[in-house]
Amino acid sequence: MNLSVQIGKLRMQNPVTVASGTFGYGAEYAPLIDLNQLGAVTVKGIRLEPVRGNPTPRTAEVTSGMLNAIGLQGPGVDGFIEKYWPFLKELRVPTIINIWGTTVEEYAEVARQFDALGGVGALELNVSCPNIKEGGAQFGTDCKLLAQVVAACRQATTLPLITKMSPNVPNIAPLAKAAEDAGSDALAVTNSFPAMAIDIQTRKPKLANITGGLTGPAIKPIAIKLVWEAAKAVKIPIIGMGGIQNADDAIEFLMAGATAVAVGTANFYEPQTPLQVIAGIREFMERKKISDVREITGSIRVEK
Amino acid sequence: MVKTQMLEQTVQIVSNERDTDSYFRLVLRAPQIAPLIQPGQFAHVRVTPLKDALLRRPFSIFQVADGTFSILYKTVGKGTDALSRMRAGEKISVIGPLGRGFTVPKAGGETPLLVAGGYGMAAMYLLAQRSPQKGIVFVGGRKRVDILCEKEFAALGWDVRVTTEDGSHGEKGLVTQPFITELRRKMTRRKVFACGPTPMLKAVGKIAEDFNLPAELSMDEHMCCGVGTCLTCVIPVKAGDGWEYQRACTEGPVFDSRGVIWEVTK
Repeated sequence: MNLSVQIGKLRMQNPVTVASGTFGYGAEYAPLIDLNQLGAVTVKGIRLEPVRGNPTPRTAEVTSGMLNAIGLQGPGVDGFIEKYWPFLKELRVPTIINIWGTTVEEYAEVARQFDALGGVGALELNVSCPNIKEGGAQFGTDCKLLAQVVAACRQATTLPLITKMSPNVPNIAPLAKAAEDAGSDALAVTNSFPAMAIDIQTRKPKLANITGGLTGPAIKPIAIKLVWEAAKAVKIPIIGMGGIQNADDAIEFLMAGATAVAVGTANFYEPQTPLQVIAGIREFMERKKISDVREITGSIRVEK
Repeated sequence: MVKTQMLEQTVQIVSNERDTDSYFRLVLRAPQIAPLIQPGQFAHVRVTPLKDALLRRPFSIFQVADGTFSILYKTVGKGTDALSRMRAGEKISVIGPLGRGFTVPKAGGETPLLVAGGYGMAAMYLLAQRSPQKGIVFVGGRKRVDILCEKEFAALGWDVRVTTEDGSHGEKGLVTQPFITELRRKMTRRKVFACGPTPMLKAVGKIAEDFNLPAELSMDEHMCCGVGTCLTCVIPVKAGDGWEYQRACTEGPVFDSRGVIWEVTK
């Protein structure tokens, strides 16, 4: 039985990674799960300089999900290499580093520095964070800007590039195509959905940032649709994500057109989820006599 | 401040009884987790009957005994309401022990002065139990029912000084009043430990500083993952020439009061 998949040059031993921002820098979950069982470890977003992040409260629980507005707190490239890379580089599974910047040049510079580091599995371009004023989503919702960011990073590195798409667009197809045409090796679909919640006792927003990004099972059906639409628009592989809690959810993403999947918010409440998803995909394949996981990708049956 | 190993386990409820008013005592059989627990650490609990409220709830650990540990909690929302309806024999998922707890005083070292607001007292029981130096615990609450483990501390041979805002038990007023009175006695070699609501912690930190005493504060901040990945529970802490956000779940929940920044200017 084959569970391995290719994301550009990146080979994953199985199609399951974790969503950036839900898994820290890997080491935090090492006491609870065997990271070497994953397809890849995807770390939280890094820009050139350290980022302090937003004031608190930064997250709020909502029905079947949560809101977050962390503000991409992070150690910067140098801090990441010093504090977290020594652990990650020893793993037997590849690391996908999520990167961002406030300018096209900064994205490219971060890509160049991680290219020079050596041993990185792939770079995920975060052009879709809803919680920062500059950078992030502005690049992910405009075809021209998106193409510029992807092209600049393409010039800066030979590492596989995964463009993390914003869900906050009327039609994902032209943006998906723009990323592909500019040299992206894959797409990550999708990021969190802009959202908010109010405490009716205090009349205050539940997040200090007022608005945040909705994640968790609440967004899954919307994410499935985005993956399906993006898959029809491009030939490059898609990593599907949005509310995956179990193998059935993951298989749904694969059928919609994803080549791999990422477990996100579920890590916060059930750290075993990624391993349960891998085991469940294997069981499904045995039951359905599927010898290669790639046969599931895009296998949705649509009656005309 | 000690950091140890954590485990994720499905454990059985030994008992889950009402203490007073809206407070409950939950005892869990967790023979592997219990011996790892240090004073001031917490457990992250998945309240399984909650269907659409997904996140775990963090609870300070109260007592540890014979392969079990207990939690003293107040019903404040749907998570704790659902937890309070669970019965002995039912199972629950726990990650723990988590966080950096209190520094246990050494024999012949400083006299510990504990300041607790309401059920914050429970989070300091293990500290009192494992401290070779007996000390004083100052506990305050709004009314009598908010004073929870007075007997347990007295049984350890500690001096318990109670205050209630309505005067229904102990001295009438705020917990900081008898605390300041005690500090004015100009004893040497004392150290302050505190757990309670943030305004109380801020006041205690300020008082300790005025008396030039070291203080460890168990900070309360909204939490999500509990293990350091989500960056929800951050506290502004002095670092170098400036400050940075540190995680209550990982660098804390116990922080040195001199490092905590109470007012963050943008």
